Amino acid sequence: MDPRTENSQRSRSFTFFPRQVVEAGGNRWDWALLPLVLAVLVVLAYGARQMATPYQVGTALPLSLEVTELPYYLLRTTLRMFMALGASLLFSVVFAVLATRYRAMEKVLIPFLDILQSIPILGFLSITVTGFIALFPGNLLGVECAAIFAIFTSQAWNMAFSLYQSLKTVPAELQEASRVFQMSGWQRFWRLDLPFAMPALLWNMMMSMSGGWFFVVASEAISVSNQSIKLPGIGSYIALAIEHKDLAAIGWAVGAMLVGVLMYDQLFFRPLLAWADKFRFEEIGGGEEQTSWLLTWLRRTERLQGVAVLFTRALDRSIALFRRQHDGTSIRSRNVEPSATLTRAWDAILAALVLFAVWRLGSFIHSEVGWAEVGHVFLLGFYTLIRVLVLIGLAALIWVPVGIWVGMNPRISSRIQAVAQFLAAFPANLLFPMVVIGIVHFHLNVDVWLSPLMIFGTQWYVLFNVIAGASTVPTELRYAARNLGLKGSLKWRRYLLPAVFPSFVTGAITASGGSWNASIVSEYVSWGDHTLVAHGIGSYIAQMTAVGDFPRIALGIGVMCVYVMTLNHMVWRRLYRLSEDRMHF
Amino acid sequence: MSTAIVELKSVGKSFLSADGSPRKVLDEVDFTLREREIVALLGQSGSGKSTLLRIMAGLVEADRGHVHYRGQPLYGPARGISMVFQSFALFPWLTVQQNIEIGLEARGVSAEERASRAEKAIELIGLSGFEGALPRELSGGMRQRVGIARALVVEPDVLLMDEAFSALDVLTGERLRDDILELWEDSKMPTRAILVVSHNIEEAVLMADRVLIFASDPGRVKFQMTINLPRPRDVNSPEVRALIDEVYAVMTAGRVRAGKVADEPERLRLDERLPEADISRMEGLLERLLEEPFHGRADLPYLGEETELSDEELLPVAEALALLDFAHLAGGDLSITALGQRYVAAEYPARQALFAEQLLARVPLAAHIRHSLLQEPSGELPAAPFLDLLRESLDAEEAKRVLDVAIEWGRHGETYAYNYNTGMIQLPESGDGA
Repeated sequence: MDPRTENSQRSRSFTFFPRQVVEAGGNRWDWALLPLVLAVLVVLAYGARQMATPYQVGTALPLSLEVTELPYYLLRTTLRMFMALGASLLFSVVFAVLATRYRAMEKVLIPFLDILQSIPILGFLSITVTGFIALFPGNLLGVECAAIFAIFTSQAWNMAFSLYQSLKTVPAELQEASRVFQMSGWQRFWRLDLPFAMPALLWNMMMSMSGGWFFVVASEAISVSNQSIKLPGIGSYIALAIEHKDLAAIGWAVGAMLVGVLMYDQLFFRPLLAWADKFRFEEIGGGEEQTSWLLTWLRRTERLQGVAVLFTRALDRSIALFRRQHDGTSIRSRNVEPSATLTRAWDAILAALVLFAVWRLGSFIHSEVGWAEVGHVFLLGFYTLIRVLVLIGLAALIWVPVGIWVGMNPRISSRIQAVAQFLAAFPANLLFPMVVIGIVHFHLNVDVWLSPLMIFGTQWYVLFNVIAGASTVPTELRYAARNLGLKGSLKWRRYLLPAVFPSFVTGAITASGGSWNASIVSEYVSWGDHTLVAHGIGSYIAQMTAVGDFPRIALGIGVMCVYVMTLNHMVWRRLYRLSEDRMHF
Repeated sequence: MSTAIVELKSVGKSFLSADGSPRKVLDEVDFTLREREIVALLGQSGSGKSTLLRIMAGLVEADRGHVHYRGQPLYGPARGISMVFQSFALFPWLTVQQNIEIGLEARGVSAEERASRAEKAIELIGLSGFEGALPRELSGGMRQRVGIARALVVEPDVLLMDEAFSALDVLTGERLRDDILELWEDSKMPTRAILVVSHNIEEAVLMADRVLIFASDPGRVKFQMTINLPRPRDVNSPEVRALIDEVYAVMTAGRVRAGKVADEPERLRLDERLPEADISRMEGLLERLLEEPFHGRADLPYLGEETELSDEELLPVAEALALLDFAHLAGGDLSITALGQRYVAAEYPARQALFAEQLLARVPLAAHIRHSLLQEPSGELPAAPFLDLLRESLDAEEAKRVLDVAIEWGRHGETYAYNYNTGMIQLPESGDGA
């Protein structure tokens, strides 16, 4: 056999971790990596066992502000987040596959997710937790599940949408090729759909992880039947530190979190991103190549790669197993149009369900809350709306010029972008205590000075996107602008602003959505016995959650939902369409 | 007559256009693909030839009529029918070898057999040494080789080629075409019939045993030509040249109404499809027509070669020139008129005036727009009513395209202008652009 073909065959079986160094021998890389792998396994196993310890509702879990306990808390929190991430991934796959393959499901699932993602599910935590506790009586697992579920709700939606979008936009000719070459649904998913969606999905997973930190504090400290359960974790540690007004402890928690973020970035996301580089679809260079020391290391090992090879083999076997048994000449391929009556019946059922829900909601509000309260909540929502819009405007004023400047200087842009990504991953709510101290100390207006917190964590999306947009301005256009001597307001109005407009809109959409969600945490902030409350729908929901008033939580969430969806449809989608229509290169 | 492999009987297909009205793409098409033949489908874009190919591939379902493959009704992609795509459609994350094996993998062929069959295909198609490369590392020509190897490795009965060479440069396309013809002539591939969809008239004539020319609105077979010349065929042989000329003549004849070319051409309808021809290309072609070696009259294939325009680009321009009476189009030849000569000789403002004059005289849609605008005190009207008018007889996309052409021509003649932001058509500033 030709040595070259032999080589190519070997590399073929290593689909997922192609070997780059083909040197034989005992492989020192295996030995060097082994301790790391074993350590990670042991730590994970230990953390997982602690999750399932016996527990009775009513007993307090030991929790201390000792710094030495922090690594353990970090482990527990990270473990929870990864479990939620796994659940989100599973949810996304099921959701996206159902929604893209079945028209009838798409009609239900897409609006449903649209609503879900504008609902801050955090409010429902105290309701869901009882169900989860009932699932595992006498065990901590129930409470853990509730916390994981809460984190899941902050991670899943954007991943699901990203996957759905990707599956919808698989290039037509590749879809046709997969059909011509007789690929089954299973084969298509693994060979075409998932690889195509991989890069976007990974980026969204990273964003979800960052988003998850934001709710960790709220999700680990759960109140159920009038008592608060604090699960061991960074979030509970911070909650305890806030109760005790321990600023040093907050600092330690922030430090621990940074370590955590850095670790899962290096050990998990970087290798994945570097590996997923081959799934990038655009055929011309573009985009920076991701590198990861760990992946390079892994690719040099021999034994450890065997694990990956096992996975690949299993996948290959399943691909051979789940194949299409018949081709287009079989009667089974005959495409039976779903009958018009059936489609109409399905639509009628959906319409009836929606009407029923509206009616139940109306009567529920009427009997439980009263319509005056509804008006009041809408007014509160309006305050928050103004906050969101003003803050997005301010963020634009600051970050658009900065982003343009950075984006047009390629040398700094890569470095700044890494910093900005890190800042976005940083949970802004950890800084809230400082703000509270400041406001109390200087007797500032709460309605004004609590507002910036809403956009603290989400403003980075504006910056990212503007940087990305500015760096894609064609070089020739830059030369032309310089050559024409464009200056001052003319330069901004006719050249720079239109050039970054589409990317700004993309960033602002994300920032706006995030700010609404953040309003629950940032309009109602406490530090020890000081609790600052700004007027707004976020603080309303937070207060009602604190007292466990379910009808009012539902009302608040419903109204916020209405605002978010209206804003999306009336403003953001239109701006987006405008930018798609006439402001792209 | 040899046995039929794929048979289409009175096949029709409509798509829903953007505004929800059905648009007939194919109407009453009968076609049979027989053993040991290569058939080429030609026609202007939108004539439904790609749709016909996709119906045969089982990718698109016909609304009316019957499709049979080897006597069996065809509901979806059949194992015996393979396809090569215009944009290659390779999986960018799979290596060359994995891409080639994909069809075998989907059928559950064992890894060893896959490798050996892929190796044969790789050798056959000239890809040895590239097994481990990713598609993005390859040039366009090499990528299409992968596409062809992938289609051949499943040993297809029928090979469908959807403009397989049009994304490649001329030289590479010709190389690849010759390679395929060689495999075919030497019976090195198991394929029993090939169907080629093409824009390139020369390519069709060099490859096919039969050439079918499609007419649009709705797509149907307008003309059929059997070619009995042995392959490989020489482009410069008189027989081949004559055939190419004949195809050009047929393809241009339907556009400007036949028989009337030398006389005063028939007046267009208001909702006539205007050829999608861009102004600078029209001017360029006119100027070229006057130069060496044409002296005012050119054979279309030759003109295409000289101007490096593909048939798809050249034909609408020639048609537009004929429509505005700057040139005559007959029998596959384009000759400049006295008016055309005056146009070339004139300076820019005079050219504009001449263009505007012809536009108003020969294109009823432009005249109607101008006429309506003149009656408005503000001198402007929204584009929407004109679009609605066109939609009554054309589908939404086509209507928009026709209006776009009318607007572009009107802008050039300073007959009227269009503001993209407001969606208003307006008289030019000076008020007397024409």
